[in-house]
Amino acid sequence: MRAVDFLTAPDVDMGAALAGRRFPNPVFTASGCAASGRELAQFFDVAELGGVVTKSVMLRPRAGRPTPRMAETPSGMLNSIGLQGPGIDAFCSHDLPWLVEQGARAVVSIAGSSVQDYAELAGRLAEQPGVAMVEVNISCPNVEDRGQVFGCDPGAASAVIRAVRAEAARGVPVFAKLSPDVTDIVAVARACVDAGAHGLSMINTLLGVVIDTDTLRPTLAGTTGGLSGPAIRPVAVRCVWQVHAAMPDVPILGMGGIATGLDALQFVLAGASAVSVGTAVFADPGAPVRVLAQLREALAERGFPRFSDAIGRAHRPPDPMPVGNENVDVTAEEAAEHDDAVR
Amino acid sequence: MRPVHVRGEVLSRKRVGAYHQITLIAPGVADSARPGQFVALAVGGATSGLLLRRAFAIYGATPAGVYGGTVQIVVAVRGGGTAWLASLDQGDPVDVVGPLGSPFRLPARPVSAVLVGGGYGSAGLFGLAQMLRGRSCRVDMVLGAASADRLFGELEAKRTAVSLEVTTDDGGAGRRGVVTDVLPEVIERAGAGVVYACGPMPMLRACGDVAASYDIPCQVAVEESMACGIGVCMTCVLPVVGDDRVTRMVRSCVDGPVFAADRVRWDDVGTVPADALGATPARAPVAGAS
Ligand SMILES: Cc1cc2nc3c(=O)[nH]c(=O)nc-3n(C[C@H](O)[C@H](O)[C@H](O)COP(=O)(O)OP(=O)(O)OC[C@H]3O[C@@H](n4cnc5c(N)ncnc54)[C@H](O)[C@@H]3O)c2cc1C
Ligand SMILES: Cc1cc2nc3c(=O)[nH]c(=O)nc-3n(C[C@H](O)[C@H](O)[C@H](O)COP(=O)(O)O)c2cc1C
Ligand code: FES
Repeated sequence: MRAVDFLTAPDVDMGAALAGRRFPNPVFTASGCAASGRELAQFFDVAELGGVVTKSVMLRPRAGRPTPRMAETPSGMLNSIGLQGPGIDAFCSHDLPWLVEQGARAVVSIAGSSVQDYAELAGRLAEQPGVAMVEVNISCPNVEDRGQVFGCDPGAASAVIRAVRAEAARGVPVFAKLSPDVTDIVAVARACVDAGAHGLSMINTLLGVVIDTDTLRPTLAGTTGGLSGPAIRPVAVRCVWQVHAAMPDVPILGMGGIATGLDALQFVLAGASAVSVGTAVFADPGAPVRVLAQLREALAERGFPRFSDAIGRAHRPPDPMPVGNENVDVTAEEAAEHDDAVR
Repeated sequence: MRPVHVRGEVLSRKRVGAYHQITLIAPGVADSARPGQFVALAVGGATSGLLLRRAFAIYGATPAGVYGGTVQIVVAVRGGGTAWLASLDQGDPVDVVGPLGSPFRLPARPVSAVLVGGGYGSAGLFGLAQMLRGRSCRVDMVLGAASADRLFGELEAKRTAVSLEVTTDDGGAGRRGVVTDVLPEVIERAGAGVVYACGPMPMLRACGDVAASYDIPCQVAVEESMACGIGVCMTCVLPVVGDDRVTRMVRSCVDGPVFAADRVRWDDVGTVPADALGATPARAPVAGAS
């Protein structure tokens, strides 16, 4: 048989950068959906990902909320875990070193009940080697303000971020993780950036309630829970879109219902510089690496030589060249140059 | 005991009383499966809005052979996911993750064991019975259910165990009553040194109480609602006392589903006891934090 050279998909440079910190690729886990990476390492090498975002850690061990903590909903789920976790001491002695040993990039998510908690957590992490990035979960109730959620108030959000920046190590990006349960997400985003956030993670879960029609009571023991999964994807893409449109230079770690490479591509086109895969892990433990492979393929198919060329692409005017027109022979680079010129 | 994720397929499905016994071709899952472990199956097909996997105790596991490894489960139809599984035919694809969870602990020396199964809970006990017999343990069984059609594995239990007692709530088969009505006499007759139980939570607790009254250990396999099944989400927790006497909210999917009955704080399941590690002082529930 005669040999035929088949075309192979051109290689895409998947390198990603978040506030100057380089990552081998733009696919991360999502906080609370990967614990500290150990369990997922049974299914894939956690160093293959851009980074592992760990479960939000608090100052002290925390037992969380009563059960039931979960209710499945159409294409999604509600959770009310209540930030169960071992506390920062156990995290630093047990979980973080393990991640570093695996060669993974550890993105450490922190959560507090007061501004002081966040500052202390950031200070503790500043002493630890191997923290690639800090994600500040501000979707937490402030015990000093009648349980108001920090992330729902630009003033409280900026106080937290300012306190974290003051204690965090230099050169380690600080990302504020935004809640979508606000009237003006751009206002909260801007407050966080003005307070020193290097970037934004978005979105956290949306608050929901499911009622059990047999018991006539809420299904979750904690009544309310956070909605996640594909059901929230359009909301998340909208949030990324709005914030990127308002602040195109601020890097965004996008998430909310990503289950495939094309889902991830939507976030990137809307303006995300990287993505987190959360709830999809529950359905497919290998989802993050699968999404990465699919994203690479999707970029190649669309002629992007570099992942970074796709960031925010949906905000630009439509490509004047019809896709798939065989007569027009333009390389992706030329197309990109053209686009830059248009911009 | 590392779990694998495989695209399997249905080798057979048959009705057994109120249940569906399904054999899945799932290479690699059976190889390291131990009694008490479970598999997590994706349900509803590729375009389904049912996101989460469903957990099923492993009833049988055949590592190699013509089909490159099969696992058997017993399914009770409850909602959409189990109804979908019950509609599958031979050759239909099923996505399988397993084996998951911590297995039953086996006695180091031969000892007489009583195995108690409630409803489809007995499915998880037959692999254990075989393994115990292989270690020269005497095995007696007690099966109970609400009604006769909800008993599973009576014939197999008769063949496997030295003795079998059957109870049903309505008296439709065996004795009218519940498993713990007969458990004391079985323990005495068998001179049992350990009890294993699998079934609904109240039954597990009651078996633990009976075993405790004879001062013998009891291992139970619990059934808590699970989102991930692999230990990453903290959905499936219950209060369990550790070796250090400290109560923790532990994950039933990786630290269980098998627990020592006397370590589970049965009264407090569904709550976070005030003395549990990391319990926050009671406060009005606040919205938002996941
Ligand atoms: C370790 C373990 C072993 C199990 N073994 C078996 C078995 O051998 N045979 C069997 O028939 N069933 C078993 N179950 C229960 C089985 O997983 C549920 O009946 C099934 O998930 C229900 O899905 P559904 O879509 O039909 O019901 P729905 O009620 O529509 O499910 C909605 C959601 O609730 C969850 N859920 C509902 N009921 C249960 C339950 N009892 N336990 C856990 N999650 C639940 C589902 O996973 C799903 O996420 C086991 C459960 C666990 C945790
Ligand atoms: C079970 C569960 C636990 C979560 N825990 C946290 C957490 O501790 N900190 C946090 O910032 N976000 C947490 N999240 C939110 C996710 O990180 C993510 O923002 C959200 O679920 C949307 O993405 P997804 O649809 O891909 O899951 C949690 C989500 C789930 C489902
Ligand atoms: S089900 Fe997710 S930790 Fe047990």
